Amino acid sequence: MSHLSERPEKPVVGVSMPHESAFQHVTGTALYTDDLVQRTKDVLHAYPVQVMKARGRITALRTEPALAVPGVVRVLTGADVPGENDAGMKHDEPLFPDEVMFHGHAVAWVLGETLEAARLGAAAVEVDLEELPSLVSLQDAIAAESYHGARPLMVHGDIDAGFADSAHVLTGEFQFAGQEHFYLETHAALALVDENGQVFIQSSTQHPSETQEIVSHVLGVPAHEITVQCLRMGGGFGGKEMQPHGFAAIAALGAKLTGRPVRFRLNRTQDLTMSGKRHGFHAKWKIGFDADGRIQALDATLVADGGWSLDLSEPVLARALCHIDNTYWIPNARVAGLIAKTNTVSNTAFRGFGGPQGMLVIEDILGRCAPLLGLDPMELRERNFYQPGQGQTTPYGQPITQAERISTVWQQVQDDAGIADRKREIAAFNAAHPHTKRALAITGIKFGISFNLTAFNQGGALVLIYKDGSVLINHGGTEMGQGLHTKMMQVAATTLGIPLHKVRLAPTRTDKVPNTSATAASSGADLNGGAIKNACEQLRGRLLQVAASQLGGNASDVRIVEGVARVLGSDKELAWDDLVRTAYFQRVQLSASGFYRTEGLHWDAKSFRGSPFKYFAHGAAATEVEVDGFTGAYRIRRVDIVHDVGDSLSPMIDIGQVEGGFVQGAGWLTLEDLRWDTGDGPNRGRLLTQAASTYKLPSFSEMPEQFNVTLLENATEEGAVYGSKAVGEPPLMLAFSVREALRQAAAAFGPAGASVDLASPATPEAVYWAIESVRGADAKRDVSEIPAGVTALSNA
Amino acid sequence: MVAARITVNGEEKQISPAAPHTTVLDFLRDRGLTGTKEGCAEGECGACSVLVARPGVNKPTDWVAVNACLVPVASLDGQEVITSEGLATAGEPGTPPALHPVQEEMAVRGGSQCGYCTPGFVCSMAAEYYRPDRCAHDEGSADHAEGDAEHGPNGFDLHSLSGNLCRCTGYRPIRDAAFAVGEPTDEDPLAQRREQAPPAAVATEYSQDDSTFLRKDTLAETLQVLRERPDAVVVAGSTDFGVEVNIRSRRAECVVAIDRLPELRELRVESDYIEIGAALTLTEIERRLDGDVPLLAELFPQFASRLIRNSGTLGGNLGTGSPIGDSPPVLLALEASLVLADADGERVVPLADYFTGYRQSVRRPGELIRAVRVPLPLSPITAFHKIAKRRFDDISSVAVAFALDIEGGVVRKARIGLGGVAATPIRSFATEEALEGKPWSAETVEAAARVLRGEGTPMSDHRASSLYRSAMLGQSLLKLYAQTTEAVSS
Repeated sequence: MSHLSERPEKPVVGVSMPHESAFQHVTGTALYTDDLVQRTKDVLHAYPVQVMKARGRITALRTEPALAVPGVVRVLTGADVPGENDAGMKHDEPLFPDEVMFHGHAVAWVLGETLEAARLGAAAVEVDLEELPSLVSLQDAIAAESYHGARPLMVHGDIDAGFADSAHVLTGEFQFAGQEHFYLETHAALALVDENGQVFIQSSTQHPSETQEIVSHVLGVPAHEITVQCLRMGGGFGGKEMQPHGFAAIAALGAKLTGRPVRFRLNRTQDLTMSGKRHGFHAKWKIGFDADGRIQALDATLVADGGWSLDLSEPVLARALCHIDNTYWIPNARVAGLIAKTNTVSNTAFRGFGGPQGMLVIEDILGRCAPLLGLDPMELRERNFYQPGQGQTTPYGQPITQAERISTVWQQVQDDAGIADRKREIAAFNAAHPHTKRALAITGIKFGISFNLTAFNQGGALVLIYKDGSVLINHGGTEMGQGLHTKMMQVAATTLGIPLHKVRLAPTRTDKVPNTSATAASSGADLNGGAIKNACEQLRGRLLQVAASQLGGNASDVRIVEGVARVLGSDKELAWDDLVRTAYFQRVQLSASGFYRTEGLHWDAKSFRGSPFKYFAHGAAATEVEVDGFTGAYRIRRVDIVHDVGDSLSPMIDIGQVEGGFVQGAGWLTLEDLRWDTGDGPNRGRLLTQAASTYKLPSFSEMPEQFNVTLLENATEEGAVYGSKAVGEPPLMLAFSVREALRQAAAAFGPAGASVDLASPATPEAVYWAIESVRGADAKRDVSEIPAGVTALSNA
Repeated sequence: MVAARITVNGEEKQISPAAPHTTVLDFLRDRGLTGTKEGCAEGECGACSVLVARPGVNKPTDWVAVNACLVPVASLDGQEVITSEGLATAGEPGTPPALHPVQEEMAVRGGSQCGYCTPGFVCSMAAEYYRPDRCAHDEGSADHAEGDAEHGPNGFDLHSLSGNLCRCTGYRPIRDAAFAVGEPTDEDPLAQRREQAPPAAVATEYSQDDSTFLRKDTLAETLQVLRERPDAVVVAGSTDFGVEVNIRSRRAECVVAIDRLPELRELRVESDYIEIGAALTLTEIERRLDGDVPLLAELFPQFASRLIRNSGTLGGNLGTGSPIGDSPPVLLALEASLVLADADGERVVPLADYFTGYRQSVRRPGELIRAVRVPLPLSPITAFHKIAKRRFDDISSVAVAFALDIEGGVVRKARIGLGGVAATPIRSFATEEALEGKPWSAETVEAAARVLRGEGTPMSDHRASSLYRSAMLGQSLLKLYAQTTEAVSS
């Protein structure tokens, strides 16, 4: 067992416990960024001036009418920017644009004494626009060959030979929708300037260091003049990885120019119309199978809808390509990627970061092809799993080292869920019910952990022990509900050998730990846990020396367990508080900064080859649905999941991540339906689903009626802190099982062996058209009854 | 007139200087009670849920959860509100407060992740915790001893959380918390509060700058105000106007509240009709009818969320005249009439004659809907089919309500109300004709379904395509037929 993964006696990691802020959450006392406004004097409110056209050049911007509104203090425009007018890392995202690039693009911000004054001021700003042609949909962008950024190509083996060896070659297209993050807390920041001109920004951000970096270049000052703090977020899901920076820069700029605190909080409509979302994709594919259904070759082109600027589209696309294999051995592959440039919001990180999109393509292919190959979908999937001991690599060249876990979780979920019996029950039910059908589908996942870009795989921490024995930890990760802080406190208590109540955690700040990576890519616990462990080991090493001097014996024989130091083989004890006080009087340093970098990674973006991931997370889900043949409406009857989190750091937290990720994934694939006005009328480019009343998240009614989540046992991961595995993103992709179950249930309304195209999201309407298409395949039905547009809908 | 005041967590606060359009949510946050959150500002997410003391159905006072983002704070003059901060009991100085039982269950079972929706969930859950008939209802019923998918063994109705969204947990731990809460103790101050009279409605005239919020004691006074101020916006639960204020920045010079007028809050059963006061909340109607009108009973769980039903009224749903309101199709199928009142008196208008165009009706300026009359006897076979993307708390793509009399296998009478297919809710007279006098058979139903499919001019939008909407009209009749015949055969 590696040093990193080994757990000491009576570890605090592995103990099931609620979120460290649960008490504050339930009493309403947990503070979020905008709650601080009530505690700050003389705050100005910032409100955006949004232009409601898909694209156009600004020919005039008149701010005087806004300044005439009572309570308006200032209007911020591009002329006010002392540094660089850019909110991104790719120099393609002007903070104050000259050209409106999407419907709702903010071109100026109004500062008011009250939110009402700022709103009225923003409405009074006059913008003259020379309208320009726009590309709103992904299809339009593909037709116009409007692309930006990298065009990666992943090549593996020889696809021509692969297709030549194939008994069946099938082709298809699939376009699927993106997803709105809909964190319950919208984007918010509060900026203050102190007597030295130092800017302090409270921001709801997953990436405080990058918020700092962008504010610094917008203000034209060095990073050390900017401090960013994130208390906690009311959800992030990737939506606060890149997107908060420009907004925080507006607040900082306003504070710098007025000398007063400036706050902004987007309302829900502003958040929906101004911030990026999960990328929708278009995929075109050709796949070859041998006579037994084994994949011989895959040729695919994936186009991501990047929106108006690049943002994180390049790494999102890279991760999509790196996950098109999912759990399947594809000996010959050629997969090309493109990023469409459209006049919509700039799409960004969202839980899974392209991985779900790549995996959805292969799962959709297998779901559609299984009936055509005459195979049960479960059988087809199983036949194509990576196999242990074959020296197989992913299409980008990373060796598969835990292939056995793919079939282990697959088999265990079948046993746990009683699949064999339930398949028989479902067949009997379907035979007896002409208008209602049930189906059960299992899908598995393999998700690569680490940032594709090797440099980001580092973390930092600062651990302080006060002379009364209490411990304060700081680390570079942010808390967005995923329970990172809980796990980090458990890691610190475990490494130091003290009870959890001795450890407190301070909010994430850039002046405590510098140059941090985003809390993203599921890496928060791996990177920051490694760093905290490192800092605590330094401190423990010093304290063991002190303890040895007090207890007699060698430092290497001292153990600190549950807050008591003992020498092996001796009854003498030294309590933690006494040990710490003694260390202080011996002038031993009681603070340490910790650092961690993930070893063994390499990635060449140009050749699209390497081993970018430290390990893979695995899981499998079995989902049973029931579909109403009259309407296409459906219910999720039962879900069983077996998921691999290594040895869990905090089981209740991890189960929460698995369940929450699954339901969020199910939302993406079934219910959440982003629609834009693609017509040529005056509202072209407008997001039609720009409120909670029109963009529907899963509610209680979408929760599986039975929901059983099991964490894979004896799953120690050698390459991560205390043997754990990352958990934030992977479970989202377990929801493929919902989509595949819906596909199979729709198929059950038709003759055996029908292949079903299912739109994504698979709304009740989409399922209804899928049912109608298979009913149409039945010779007894009049095919003309199927409404036109079915094909268009399933690919829309 | 006494200055407008509100009691929050036992502490009385002056509403001034809040602007009259200020919501309870913004008022609380401005006063430092930041536990109440804004997630959507349109009554969809429930992050702003708070408890309000209202006249009770089974006890003198009920604790009712409402969306603080929709309710103007001036409308709660003289009322009592509890927030998530107020549910916990203060401990000795220096010690943390004792958690309320619902807070305790939510905390220890992992019911919070990011925590932003949690205070709202806690308040909605507390309201269900204090519902007087929660456990009593289920004790007598063996079926419910173990609960079902939507009811816990403790009688907890998950529909009480249908207006609360969580983006993190996937809901399972929240359900577990809800199903684990026990009974309030006798010492519980909020349980005790239910035994006392509710806060009385208080006549209010609250003005700031050029804007006024008005509440009168009687219908007569209110109708006089409406005669003098025909521009006044009339609100009951504010579930529609609150959205206008927040999302479309609508500001009104004069808002008149009618939700506590006693004349609009009666429910009477006469020999040939039931009269339902227009300002009774949907929850009050649901609990007081207790299934006596099965078609309404089928409607209520599908009508928005519990949070909205706790404020929204039939008068409001009909008064806004939305073509996609859920009550009109049902009331059309029930052949309901409206009692309209103005300063000169009353008139009764059949609902089928009420709507004249998109959000327009025969209701004159200065006229109020006082009550809805549902004629008796009721048709024995009724059904409400709401087609939407989401099962709880969504807006209809189309809605179809049926009320049928079938005797000896022949359809004697058919009444069908439709929503979402035209500029107004409509009766499907052609389909009714295609059914009446015919045998209730597959042949009749298929022919009638073809007629029904051709009703109205459904449009394509973000909710559904016109093709799907039309298809669902016909499908709803086929489904009803399948359900009635399957019920007979089984």
